[in-house]
Amino acid sequence: MARTLISAVLAALALVGALAAQVVLAGDAQGYVKAGSRAAAHGACVEPTQYMRRHHMDLIQHQRDATVYQGIRGTRHSLAGCIDCHVGPGSDGHPVAVNAEHQFCRSCHEFAAVKVNCFDCHDGVPKGGPLSESAQSALDAATQQGRGRGNADGSVRSAREGQGQ
Amino acid sequence: MMKHPPEGIDQGRRALLGVAVGVTTAVVAPGLVLHAAALPSAAPPGAQRSGPVTDRVRWGLLIDTSKCAEGCRACVDACDRENGLDLQTRPAGQSGRAWADQKAVWIRKVKLADDLTGRVTNLPMMCQHCEHPPCVDVCPTGASFKRADGIVLVDRHTCIGCRYCMMACPYQARSFIHEVTHDQLTRVPRGKGCVESCNLCVSRRDQGAPSTACADACADAGHHAIVFGDLKDPRSAISQALTGLPNRQLREDLELNTGVRYAGV
Amino acid sequence: MKRIVYREWRIPPARYWGILGILAAVVGLGGLAALYLEHEGHWVTGMSNSVVWGVPHVFAVFLILAASGAINVASVGTVFNKGAYLPLGRLSGLLAVALLIGGLLILVLDLGRPDRLLVAMTHYNFRSIFAWNIYLYTGFVVLVIAYLWSMADRMGAPFKQSIGVLAFVWRLALTTATGSIFGFLVARQAFDTAFLAPMFVIMSLAYGLAIFLLVLIFSCAQDARPIGDLLLQRLKNLLGVFVAAVLYFTLVYYLTKLYGAKNYDLVGWVLLRGGIYSFTAWVGWVLLGTLVPLGIIWHPVLGRDRRWIVAACALVILGGFAALYVILIGSQVYPLQIFPGHTVVASGVVDGLRAGVAHYHPSVPEVLLGLGGVAVALVITAVGVRVLQFLPESLADPEASAPVGSGALRRFSIDEISPG
Ligand code: SF4
Ligand code: SF4
Repeated sequence: MARTLISAVLAALALVGALAAQVVLAGDAQGYVKAGSRAAAHGACVEPTQYMRRHHMDLIQHQRDATVYQGIRGTRHSLAGCIDCHVGPGSDGHPVAVNAEHQFCRSCHEFAAVKVNCFDCHDGVPKGGPLSESAQSALDAATQQGRGRGNADGSVRSAREGQGQ
Repeated sequence: MMKHPPEGIDQGRRALLGVAVGVTTAVVAPGLVLHAAALPSAAPPGAQRSGPVTDRVRWGLLIDTSKCAEGCRACVDACDRENGLDLQTRPAGQSGRAWADQKAVWIRKVKLADDLTGRVTNLPMMCQHCEHPPCVDVCPTGASFKRADGIVLVDRHTCIGCRYCMMACPYQARSFIHEVTHDQLTRVPRGKGCVESCNLCVSRRDQGAPSTACADACADAGHHAIVFGDLKDPRSAISQALTGLPNRQLREDLELNTGVRYAGV
Repeated sequence: MKRIVYREWRIPPARYWGILGILAAVVGLGGLAALYLEHEGHWVTGMSNSVVWGVPHVFAVFLILAASGAINVASVGTVFNKGAYLPLGRLSGLLAVALLIGGLLILVLDLGRPDRLLVAMTHYNFRSIFAWNIYLYTGFVVLVIAYLWSMADRMGAPFKQSIGVLAFVWRLALTTATGSIFGFLVARQAFDTAFLAPMFVIMSLAYGLAIFLLVLIFSCAQDARPIGDLLLQRLKNLLGVFVAAVLYFTLVYYLTKLYGAKNYDLVGWVLLRGGIYSFTAWVGWVLLGTLVPLGIIWHPVLGRDRRWIVAACALVILGGFAALYVILIGSQVYPLQIFPGHTVVASGVVDGLRAGVAHYHPSVPEVLLGLGGVAVALVITAVGVRVLQFLPESLADPEASAPVGSGALRRFSIDEISPG
């Protein structure tokens, strides 16, 4: 008897806790997006917000393996894309790393108490672009040459344009 | 921002590329039709790759040591800038000499003297992108791997930092990151405790840029000692140069079939 | 046959905790060193892009070799049916597990990313000897524990022989594979030989037995348990044979290296021009680690004196460290021969591929990490013999022991009172 009672109470508590966590999560997440970041200006993320909240790591990891092993570099699901969009300006107007205190990645991960390893290697602010300046100019020259040879419709996109999604 | 059409963008890009290839091949030369048909995913210059890399290309370098100038560091500096290696800082308290042997170096200038004749040769050395890479054979986790297009690189996500690959590499091409990193470039993430080495400017490859930072810099400096290109394409600049110039692999006794070849040593 | 009675180590608590305290302090220092390394990165060590494996690896390889050597005593007892060695089986198994764990701990803590141990366990590259070793090491620990059980428990007795044989074969594979970690490195002149694998097997026998003898003599002396002279003579003679075999293999190793003309320079460097490495090779490895202990062991008077035998064991261990230091680090310091017939005049402005040999100065944290691993092995051993029945009550020679009957009646066997 006592035992069933205790289990029932425990189950109820767990349920309440879970619901509360959901509510808090949903309420707080809005606050995690940094004012001034590109993400703040958009209504939605690359996938529905609810989906991203649960599965962003799977998307990032999938993109990661595609990039490392197959050389496929889309920014849609890439960590670089996340950083690009979610990095917010500090009081001095310079970008503040997404993994810095009170910033997008850090604050939510602290709340959820999940350790992030990404920033062991990746920097929390975009830097340098997908191509170096010299690479870009070499690329532009090559594309120019291509155009010069009759590819005038410009259908070959430069890499930088390719990043703008 | 776009509303998540999961496949939309990729499909769009593929279609776009198809058009690009079609237009190029139709307009340029009949020779290219064959080439393009044979290499559907060898993207035309300027296109970001959309499909996986294939083994229809094998990237490589030819170093013409007779053109490599003494005292010139253009390739080394360019590599450092391209990959953010110039952003490395010596940890406070470390001696300069110890740090010199601990900081990451992907390409280095080497000066040789022939033991008999005393003839001096200069050349840059980097990962030789072996076809049968010992570093890949020994890596316990498979973090060291060879991409389909012949580029040997480290998956920093699975490297545990055991350094067995560094023991195995016959060219001392690899570096271990000995310190906590800051301010990495977006295109070259790098962090403490993993091994790295020259990756033939892999992000340039995937973005469709024509050459490597070292080769470009060498040409810009007026030396043209480094030729980059597809070893499998008989009409590429590197294949043409390789047929015209006596060249060899370093330590060819090991039969690693390196992707980097040297002329004049 | 005389019944063997095993007893927990019953030294006074103060001394036991004293020993444990000292060991724990060393373990703690090693742990701190590991944390420091993990926090700062490897720049705080003497290791570099030229010398990528340093002192921690010397310690780790030594302990792993010694582990597979330590189990040898048990193998001689069960596999080769030498009754005199039977009572030593349990201690030999315990020591093997302890040494292996100590060695592996060093290896893991020295990784650039020790936090990714899980990755190492889930991603395998089956072409890598290193990955195979992960299996061999864990398998070894499991096997030896099973072996211990079969030696200690009645129910295990029927399996003792077969587990013993398996453990013996396994340890051969393990040491061979450890040697092969280096033997397959075609890039490095000093390593590029299949000869390293058998050489490592011989070394493991010598170093494992030396450590075993030290632990045995120490723990028995502390607890006033007798060790028969005959038994000790046998063991030390065995040690002598192993040490002599190491010397022989060392000679053959360098002679076969000399056979290939391209290695003249390497051998000349190690043996003559290598500075600290030549010194370590001659004085540490050959003189102190081999010739002096051999002299002691086979000396008609000194060879019977326990203190001298202890000294010989300690010297063999010292020689082992010296040998591995020369083999592991000396071979990395010596430049790679990428351009035969050429001399590297200069390389870069500030970087690794040096014109000449590299420099390696071990730093305090990496030495502490290595010592910490040794201390872990000793803690496991000390706790093991204290709380479980690993040590025989008496190792007195059969003639010298009390006549069967009175003694055996008075002390009942542990086997009888505790089946589990
Ligand atoms: S040169 Fe070294 S790092 Fe590069 S592929 Fe060959 S073995 Fe690997
Ligand atoms: S250091 Fe990394 S890449 Fe090199 S062998 Fe170890 S796990 Fe593989």
